[in-house]
Amino acid sequence: MMKVRVFAYGIVRDIAGKSFELEVPGKTVGALRQALLNTYPSLGNLPSLLVAVNQEYADDSQPVKPDDEVVLIPPVSGG
Amino acid sequence: MIKITEKPIDIPKVIETASSLGAGAVNVFIGTVRNTAHNKNVVWLEYEAYEGMAVNETRKIIDDAAHKWPLMGWAVSHRIGTLKPGEVAVVVAVATKHRKESFEACQYIIDKLKENVPIFKKEVFEDGEEWVGAQPKIQASAPMN
Repeated sequence: MMKVRVFAYGIVRDIAGKSFELEVPGKTVGALRQALLNTYPSLGNLPSLLVAVNQEYADDSQPVKPDDEVVLIPPVSGG
Repeated sequence: MIKITEKPIDIPKVIETASSLGAGAVNVFIGTVRNTAHNKNVVWLEYEAYEGMAVNETRKIIDDAAHKWPLMGWAVSHRIGTLKPGEVAVVVAVATKHRKESFEACQYIIDKLKENVPIFKKEVFEDGEEWVGAQPKIQASAPMN
């Protein structure tokens, strides 16, 4: 298990809070995503939920470490 | 210039930044806040950005556009915070030698910005509010009697 601090924007912040710690049973974005959905099941209903690691979009196979900047990105709607 | 700002966008500054003496065209897209959505009156919009990444992702889009079209200058400014109908939310300006590529590049940049850049907006109506594009999928439910 590792603890990872995550930050959230938009609807994810409304659901889970601006910043919180997750206990992640693994070392990948996919493991973090699973821990997130276990803690906040309603996030699974969003049309999409991307994870950014150190300001780059990251897929589920990408590694994540406790000191990475991890941000949850719901559907974007700029413009 | 890529700017995320809480202050009203200085449109002439954006155009001036994009402009180039060698260019025969400056194409400018101005995105404004519409007063209706889903047949309801919009009272205001709340924009927020993951700022560092928003700038990085916008830069990638500009780099892609510069590979596709011979850009001579460009500038993008996006507003965040509370915006009322009629206010300017985003300005994209692109300078090229001829007009055709300026239209194409400008459209490409605003289209990709809306797809990829981590900026989020919430529509606030008289009777509620909604994060745009982020509404939960409809769950299968028992028929109503």
